[in-house]
Amino acid sequence: MREQDGAPADVALEHVTVCYDRRAAPALDDISVHIAGGAHVAVVGPNGAGKSTLFKALVGLLPVSQGRARVHGASPGANTVCVAYVPQREEVDWHFPVTVFDVVMMGRYGRLGWLKPAGHADREIVWRSLEQVGMAGLARRSIGDLSGGQQQRVFLARALAQQPHLLIMDEPFTGVDATTQQVILDLLHHLKQTGMTALISTHDLRLAATRFERVMLLNRRLVAYGAPAEVFTPAALADAFGGQMLMTPDGAWVVDQCCPAPAHRLVEEV
Amino acid sequence: MAGLGGLLEPLRYEFMLRGMAAAVLVGVVCAVIGSYVVLRSMAFMGDALAHAILPGVAVAYLVRGDLLVGALVAAVLVALGIGAISQRGLIKEDTAIGIFFAAALALGVFLMSTARTFAVDLTHILFGDVLGVGMADLLLMAGLGVGVLAAIALLYRPFLLISFDTVLATTLRWPVGLLRAAMLVLLALTIVVSLQTVGVGLVAAMLVTPAATAQLLTRRLPAMMLTAALIGAFSGLAGLYLSYYLNVASGAAIVLVATLLFALAYLFAPRRGVLWRRAIRT
Repeated sequence: MREQDGAPADVALEHVTVCYDRRAAPALDDISVHIAGGAHVAVVGPNGAGKSTLFKALVGLLPVSQGRARVHGASPGANTVCVAYVPQREEVDWHFPVTVFDVVMMGRYGRLGWLKPAGHADREIVWRSLEQVGMAGLARRSIGDLSGGQQQRVFLARALAQQPHLLIMDEPFTGVDATTQQVILDLLHHLKQTGMTALISTHDLRLAATRFERVMLLNRRLVAYGAPAEVFTPAALADAFGGQMLMTPDGAWVVDQCCPAPAHRLVEEV
Repeated sequence: MAGLGGLLEPLRYEFMLRGMAAAVLVGVVCAVIGSYVVLRSMAFMGDALAHAILPGVAVAYLVRGDLLVGALVAAVLVALGIGAISQRGLIKEDTAIGIFFAAALALGVFLMSTARTFAVDLTHILFGDVLGVGMADLLLMAGLGVGVLAAIALLYRPFLLISFDTVLATTLRWPVGLLRAAMLVLLALTIVVSLQTVGVGLVAAMLVTPAATAQLLTRRLPAMMLTAALIGAFSGLAGLYLSYYLNVASGAAIVLVATLLFALAYLFAPRRGVLWRRAIRT
């Protein structure tokens, strides 16, 4: 997709349904939404809502059972270079003998292929990506010697080294330190200026409400998509979180099971 | 056997020279692909593949064909068979390996037992006969060994990614299943190359032990492979000298040297060794 270099990616889902098992209920049911290029979207919903499933379908890790997903107008997996995906941290072997620099250099593999040696420009991009996440000083460390937050930042740096148009991150704020959370938020703010589209799943509803211009509320179905104020209504939250929500006279409280305390007070007036 | 004279004396014999070349070759090739075996937890697969070549050797023996060719065909067939069966997801991979492993060993012994000189030849196949390596065998082993090393060098990035982060390999649309099969075929080739040196019973040790030792001493995959190769080559040479002077089985001596080196690294490796950590704690 060289001709589209520089253009922010838009994501179009038309009746997207994903089933892990033909007999079971679909993990994602009939999702239709259009995400404009350059938008930063927080994807929220209870555990099992299909957030990870949606992301995997978008990068071509899972087949779409029905409907159509399009990134840049092409099917998932066709844009291997311009879509970067940061999975949840559990999906990698942390004892593998690679350094921080090695991991970020893997972000260049999509453009280099199997054999082309990494050039000066590639190393420059790797160093710049490391600097953007504040990890340049630890470039020679083994990946296994890092804290969870540092590991998360390394994988974010690798995604940056891919120079993507669409950045997809699955729960980057779960189980990380305050520094890492701030680094990721600052970086997202910076990437927003460059026009990069970003989809970020999170259990932190306050973060989604305050730091993102768009929120996608999922619970297997698309419950709501739009600006935080439009999405976080008592009705939509009740629809998505059901029994995990408590209505009180002065607002709606949601307890998302990934971060049970403190409860998030989301809607001031009912 | 004191000093340099002791080291040079065995070199007067051509069979010793050929044996040493074979032992170094096997030590290096096994250690390099063994790094992936260790990192991908494929030790059981390596052992199973080694035993699975027995029926191929037996058939080749019975029809008076080339034993290496027989082994090669059997190993590649079993490698692909295990891959295909476990990929369907009906049974787990280690179960599939267990079934193939035992069945192939049984079939091999079954076929061998129909031949009269069965016991002697079976011993050679099970435990190796490095001093019996002929020039033609050595050339074939060297060709296969260099081929395996070249393939691992050319496939460095894809093998690294399917071992470290399959998700990235998949999102880049690299053929993960095909690459896995290619790695198994290379493993099968390596085992065939090792057959005459350490035998079916001990090849798993040459795959796993030097690589595991190197993992304790290094922090990056290329360094791990290089260190493992040096350890493997040294174990091959030292094992042969031991077998020459103590008149013991060469394959066993090679594996025991490698094991000793592992024990030393396990205890004394900087930062990771057991004693090193204890020293830091106190």
